[in-house]
Amino acid sequence: MLDLDPGKYGGFIWSAYGLSLAAFIAMIWFGLARARYWRQQAQRLTKEPEV
Amino acid sequence: MFLAPAFLTNPERFMAFSRWAAPLLGLIASGLALAGLWYGFTAPEDYQQGDTVRIMFIHVPAAWMSMFVYICLGGASFLSLVFRHALADAAAQAAAPLGATFTALALITGSLWGRPMWGTWWVWDARLTSVLVLFLFYLAYLVLRSALEDEAKSARAGAILALVGLVNLPVVHWSVNWWNSLHQGATVFAKGGPKLTPEYLLPLLLMVGAYMAAFGALWLVGIRGQVWRRRAEAALARLARV
Repeated sequence: MLDLDPGKYGGFIWSAYGLSLAAFIAMIWFGLARARYWRQQAQRLTKEPEV
Repeated sequence: MFLAPAFLTNPERFMAFSRWAAPLLGLIASGLALAGLWYGFTAPEDYQQGDTVRIMFIHVPAAWMSMFVYICLGGASFLSLVFRHALADAAAQAAAPLGATFTALALITGSLWGRPMWGTWWVWDARLTSVLVLFLFYLAYLVLRSALEDEAKSARAGAILALVGLVNLPVVHWSVNWWNSLHQGATVFAKGGPKLTPEYLLPLLLMVGAYMAAFGALWLVGIRGQVWRRRAEAALARLARV
């Protein structure tokens, strides 16, 4: 049976899970955003006409 | 002679490999995390710790990852230092922020578990202190890499620092055996087998698998970002010379 009522320790448990979730979202977001940014920069710079 | 899979040494092959491997690992991580959370929240309350035992399913994987990622950082740094391999340096640079995040998570979730169980947020205990030192090594690595503009000097200095930090890993691992510690000893890799009952061991191992797969996906994405950055900077340098 799923137990989502942590009783008097709820603050500690949900804070730990919430922070972990936030950290994963941040790692995914920063990782993807950084890769996308540099991919676009590399593609833009390699397309620049050489003068 | 040093042997490594071709996809790890050739940037083009690595980019082709990581293009499908990263999302696949992300999917595996999601599936394992869902299963781990389900079993974690259907497991009975611990007779001593009550519901706080559920913090174990996120604290222990984060703590293990903090050390595993540092081993990856050290290994990549060694390859970068000895073989001057650009992809190895990219791997080291991509691992460090992930390792720092896992270590911060281990410290914070440990503190949130320690407060109700030990009655304190923090003690200068050998295990906690050595993990804090590990976190400081990650931070020092990140600061050093961003402080040096010359890529080759930055890679060399970072690799040396990362290799020095490897000394701390046995201290983290065996601190609970070497010194009296408030932190509990090994439960999964204990002598005579795991001390955890199956209803706690299964969700814990599923969550460890989820964290490992998530790290694999994020690491590949991070290395891809580093490869693109180097390509962009090389292109910029070429344009500046024209």
